[in-house]
Amino acid sequence: MQQDFYIKDWVKIKSGKVFNSKNEIFSSSEKDLNTFLKSMYDFLELKYPKFHKMDNLSKLGILGTEILFRGKEISADTALIFSNNASSLDIDKKFHESISGFASPALFVYTLPNIVLGEISIKFKLQSENAFFVSESFDAELLKNYSESLLTSGKAPEVLCGWLDLENEEYDVFLCLVSQEINIPFSEENLKKIYFAENEKPTGRT
Amino acid sequence: MKNLQAELKESIIEQLNLEDMEPGDIKNDEALFGDGLGLDSIDALELIVLLEKDYGIKLTDPAQSREIFKSVNSMAEFIEANRTK
Repeated sequence: MQQDFYIKDWVKIKSGKVFNSKNEIFSSSEKDLNTFLKSMYDFLELKYPKFHKMDNLSKLGILGTEILFRGKEISADTALIFSNNASSLDIDKKFHESISGFASPALFVYTLPNIVLGEISIKFKLQSENAFFVSESFDAELLKNYSESLLTSGKAPEVLCGWLDLENEEYDVFLCLVSQEINIPFSEENLKKIYFAENEKPTGRT
Repeated sequence: MKNLQAELKESIIEQLNLEDMEPGDIKNDEALFGDGLGLDSIDALELIVLLEKDYGIKLTDPAQSREIFKSVNSMAEFIEANRTK
């Protein structure tokens, strides 16, 4: 039997602005990424000291997920299917710089893009399927097919999927929570429509 | 020794990104790991780097670190006795 899935909610973080499916929820003219991330952390009133030890890709993932998960009952089986273009390049460069002196273990542990999935799983107590794909550009077909396969096979009741990209302090985040709860139909077309809306400069090679 | 303890607290906060903490929040005899400050295994590696970078001490026996990193007091005592810079 054909099952239908829906985008229950989504979040976008780009150029100092944060939106969800209802409205703009935060904006800042702060250009420095660290300061912007800290101001979002304060705005969300997160009390999670480990946040400050994370690399910026993980911080973006934690903040986006917090916005989507807040006030919702989230199953521990909620899968995470993320993608981006720059992989973990932001922290890779920082680690590379550190090895000319004393290599930093705290930077080294973040030199893989899928570490953010572990950080999200720890913070939100998920014990689920996860995957992080590195693509040339935002690939709605990949996200749709992979997420749908997990949902139809019953491996996950809900999937958090999307694009989490960071390079040269430029961030482009679009995450959506997919479930059977009737809302925006989960289709390639809708994923593209939401991702590209008011996104004049999508990251990755187009 | 008193200055070294204060210096260590500042270094620990900066090196381990303990953003919400002030030096005054760390007691000299407070446990750094476990129930105390709650540092983890990556923090332990960063402290080993800190010893080498700031005080010229290279730890060769990992088993030593358990005693050395017990508290700010134990770190300061070890540094006083072994520092090369």
